[in-house]
Amino acid sequence: MELLSGGEMLVRSLHEEGVEYVYGYPGGSLLHVYDAFYQQSAVKHVLVRHEQAATHMADGYARASGKPGVVLVTSGPGATNTITGIATAFSDSIPMIVITGQVPSHLIGGDAFQETDMMGLSRPVVKHSFSIKHPSEIPEVVKKAFYIATSGRPGPVVIDLPKDMTIPNDRHEYSYPKKIKIRSYSPPQKGHTGQIRKAVEVLLAAKRPMIYSGGGVVLGKSSEQLRSLVRGLNYPITQTLMGLGAYPGTDRQSLGMLGMHGSYESNMAMHHADVILAIGVRFDDRVTNGVDKFCPDATIIHIDIDPSSISKTVDIDIPIVGPVDTVLDEILDIIKEMDETPDADALVSWWAQIDEWRKRHAGRYEKNDNGLLKPQEAIEGLFEATKGQAYICSDVGQHQMFAAQYYKFDEPNKWINSGGLGTMGFGFPAAMGVKMNYPDEMVVCVTGEGSIQMNIQEMSTCLQYGIPVKIFCLNNGYLGMVRQWQDMNYEGRHSSSYMESLPDWAKLAEAYGHVGLQVDTKDQLQGVLDDCFGKYKDRLVFINVAVDPDEHVYPMQVPTGAMRDMWLSKTERT
Amino acid sequence: MRHIISILLENEPGALARVVGLFAQRSYNIETLTVAPTEDVTLSRMTITTSGTEREIEQITKQLNKLIEVVKLVDLTEGTHLERELMLIKVKASGAQRAEIKRTADIFRGQIVDVTASVYTIQLTGTTDKLEAFIEAIGSNCILETVRTGVSGIARGEKTLSL
Repeated sequence: MELLSGGEMLVRSLHEEGVEYVYGYPGGSLLHVYDAFYQQSAVKHVLVRHEQAATHMADGYARASGKPGVVLVTSGPGATNTITGIATAFSDSIPMIVITGQVPSHLIGGDAFQETDMMGLSRPVVKHSFSIKHPSEIPEVVKKAFYIATSGRPGPVVIDLPKDMTIPNDRHEYSYPKKIKIRSYSPPQKGHTGQIRKAVEVLLAAKRPMIYSGGGVVLGKSSEQLRSLVRGLNYPITQTLMGLGAYPGTDRQSLGMLGMHGSYESNMAMHHADVILAIGVRFDDRVTNGVDKFCPDATIIHIDIDPSSISKTVDIDIPIVGPVDTVLDEILDIIKEMDETPDADALVSWWAQIDEWRKRHAGRYEKNDNGLLKPQEAIEGLFEATKGQAYICSDVGQHQMFAAQYYKFDEPNKWINSGGLGTMGFGFPAAMGVKMNYPDEMVVCVTGEGSIQMNIQEMSTCLQYGIPVKIFCLNNGYLGMVRQWQDMNYEGRHSSSYMESLPDWAKLAEAYGHVGLQVDTKDQLQGVLDDCFGKYKDRLVFINVAVDPDEHVYPMQVPTGAMRDMWLSKTERT
Repeated sequence: MRHIISILLENEPGALARVVGLFAQRSYNIETLTVAPTEDVTLSRMTITTSGTEREIEQITKQLNKLIEVVKLVDLTEGTHLERELMLIKVKASGAQRAEIKRTADIFRGQIVDVTASVYTIQLTGTTDKLEAFIEAIGSNCILETVRTGVSGIARGEKTLSL
């Protein structure tokens, strides 16, 4: 058998798992590991400028590909800098492996230089974590980490690696396990057939059905099954912020997003539905609004792989615990076998009602006549310029909501945003992670002047590795979402939401070796986007788009109200 | 309502911290907690007493089950069960009090396990209610120190919590 050092074992194990890129930053406790990286070429290391960005790069890659992203950082500050990224992945159930260096075992607990208790620090935001006690454990721990991160409800896994586990001349027998079994961990493989049958009966008997699907469908790679079900039944579907694209956003049966900034028709249809089929969702507070008033007439069927998601915030009538793909397959089979169809008359009047609702707001916003772009117009321009085909990696704030509302996603995995944790600074490194792995695709970071500055240093990484992402910055000079809440709830007192002293963005992009373009008026938008995807196709382009600072995101649910209680503009309420 | 959750857990470093951390993170409350290895040294048995609404208890058991190191779990209060707690209590025992304390300990089937001229140390096992009744009966004036193990529980009859 082959003898390898711990550092070599780690690199080899990652290769066995099919890892192409590792995103990270070296330091004292990882020098042996980095030396092992240097001596091979199968697994490539991408040097970021801040460890948080490494986690978001890995995360963006994971969201686009469905495979786990891998991060490698040193102990102490290297490790603590990954916490926001790990928490971001944890909130959205993204598979990720984070390997953190640690001081040598004999120094642990002694407040050594660059020592921090990463096992303890990360515990609340990981699916699981491992601390290596002997170099020979490394292959098995890596195998377990990948298995845990990617199976069941996915999530981030931390491996804490003391420096003395990786010493070059401390060699041990290496073999990579083919299979792994963990006696205390067995994620569900299929749903309960009795429950599924019951659900199908209720679903087919519905008069006012709604399908409410979420991130679980994207993570569970079940977009095809979802489409078959929705089309087969001719039922309306609404999708959560995390689920957009699993069902095509441009399709007639799609009512758009639901929740706090969901479409009027989605929220109205949810409120009035008699049966709701919830698939891979978690009844988040940004969806349900006041839970006591949530969908009063509905019998709720909930499919989720995580039993703790069932009845967590809203009582579920028919729970089905299982992987979304196998459960949907079984539902489709049962429908076929039962040879029953939904109530056609009821469905005709339900769709007529929905079409009425569709006319009420219809995503309208008032355009300026002075040439100043509305943020919605900018997103619509981007949608047209990319023909809806781009990967859109968003930061957090108003621009995120506008992108979710006005960029219609027809494919899953193409809308990448921090939905659960709401991490500003996520979008740009996430876009980098996507672009590195899908170099021929259009990858756009939709951001604002607030978010982009939280990881702007990564423009340097982009030059080093040739990552020509496009940064589409909706610049209104304000932390727009904060300002919107201050306008609506604090009589317009803009406490610390105005950003002064912003840089010259074009010059900043140029200083990093990239292209900076400016859009001041709406007539410039199309030309700039044409250049961005044409002339500057292979360059990183930073587009600074001046947008109206007064704009709010609508619809907006009235806090603690029901799904149907919304502001539709600054003056119009339901 | 009070629940007794019994957990079979991998006997590994950090496993206890994960369970305790979960309760802290999600603001669940722990009234008592006991943990020790079982006859199979790879496994620990933990008993937690907690209280909450039905929804909270359901979440607690589901969240505990999600921890990788949790092998099996049962809410003992869902069926008939035994529960015991052990208390060592040090009390002033001088003058007329001395005989009275001995009598009270006998009534509660406590044992005097250590004696000095002025102090008794009494060992008492039973349900939480019984231990509290004893404390009440002795009266707080003469108690010098108490130490309790927290509740250990097991299901009655054939039911077992094992691999």
